[in-house]
Amino acid sequence: MSRPEQIAPPEIFYNDIESRKYTASSRVQHIQAKMTLRALDLLNLEEDKSHFLLDVGCGSGLSGEILTEEGHVWIGMDISADMLATAIDRDIDGDMFLADMGCGVPFRAGTFDAAISISAIQWLCNADTNTNEPKFRLARFFNTLYSSLRKGGKFVGQFYPANEDQTVQITSAAKVAGFQCGVVIDDPESRKNRKHYLVLQAGSSARPLNVDGMEVEKMNGKQVAAQKLTKVSKKRLKAMETKKEYIKRKKILNEKRGKEVRKDSKFTGRARKARF
Amino acid sequence: MKFITSNFVRCAVKSCDGTEGSFPLNFQDCKLQLEEQEFNEEFIISMLERLDWSALVKVASQLGNNAIPPQKPSLDDINEVLLKDLHSLLLETQIIEGKMICDNCQHVYYIKDGIASFLLPPHLAK
Repeated sequence: MSRPEQIAPPEIFYNDIESRKYTASSRVQHIQAKMTLRALDLLNLEEDKSHFLLDVGCGSGLSGEILTEEGHVWIGMDISADMLATAIDRDIDGDMFLADMGCGVPFRAGTFDAAISISAIQWLCNADTNTNEPKFRLARFFNTLYSSLRKGGKFVGQFYPANEDQTVQITSAAKVAGFQCGVVIDDPESRKNRKHYLVLQAGSSARPLNVDGMEVEKMNGKQVAAQKLTKVSKKRLKAMETKKEYIKRKKILNEKRGKEVRKDSKFTGRARKARF
Repeated sequence: MKFITSNFVRCAVKSCDGTEGSFPLNFQDCKLQLEEQEFNEEFIISMLERLDWSALVKVASQLGNNAIPPQKPSLDDINEVLLKDLHSLLLETQIIEGKMICDNCQHVYYIKDGIASFLLPPHLAK
């Protein structure tokens, strides 16, 4: 399946036709609604109380509709003017901004109770113009997001990482900004239905995030890191190998392949006496 | 753009971060519209402590409303009438068209069809 991130920058990919197609598709609507509800579930906000929320990458307001239904007041930002135009046509209740999240979240400190983002933050990893530097854009986004949240503010963002590296890139940028950070994966067995949620918290909160799947992913992260380490050092190890280790390794390999191999003895791989 | 948003939005340019002029933005040539919204008392009360009252007074006067008391109402003298007034000011007043200008860098952000554009030109985006 092709990824929209590889086709064009977001403001160009989500043009008039694409944004209408996207918004009208009942399948997209269903998935977006499901993910928004799951994100709200992870946020663990006080029930029966309206909060002031930020929706990053609000698009045509599919996720915002759910927020309104739940009684929250929200501000959305998106980079695609056509998506926002579709949102106006649909009479969406929230306030919307045409803004690039990579240039920061333009709100003063302590504005929002929480923030959500559905299928958006993977776009930050794109370098689609010569001025776009994913590293700086990620840093700018998370730094300004951190300051725009209240103390103990939370963020849940569903995203589609292209590979493990992107997940590491995003989470490490969030950690540098000062967030407590984790990734929750729903349906990890299914390649098609697997959903990644980045969960962040700014400082401690009386109502912490509702995370039950956190531990597993943390271990995964460590495993990935460990694997990477061995991958690099394996190459290096080969280069640093002594003659004796080389012979032993080759002997094991040949034995595995069913070839006749001499038994190891104390003379195996030893240097011979100097003769002339 | 709802009036309440004007109390939180600041200049998006990186060099304006934390400077005094970057908040509140100056509003000019604005067209307003009233749009009815559901009244939610609790939300207004919870927002009240978060509002920057001096910024609110300043922006309101730029939009042509000079009748706002200069002091923030304290939690003790809250009544239904006051909350209803706040509700219609904060949530029902919409800025449909206009300009927002940052005091620090003089960058102009335009509002069109109720949507504010915070896209930055490349030289400011870094």
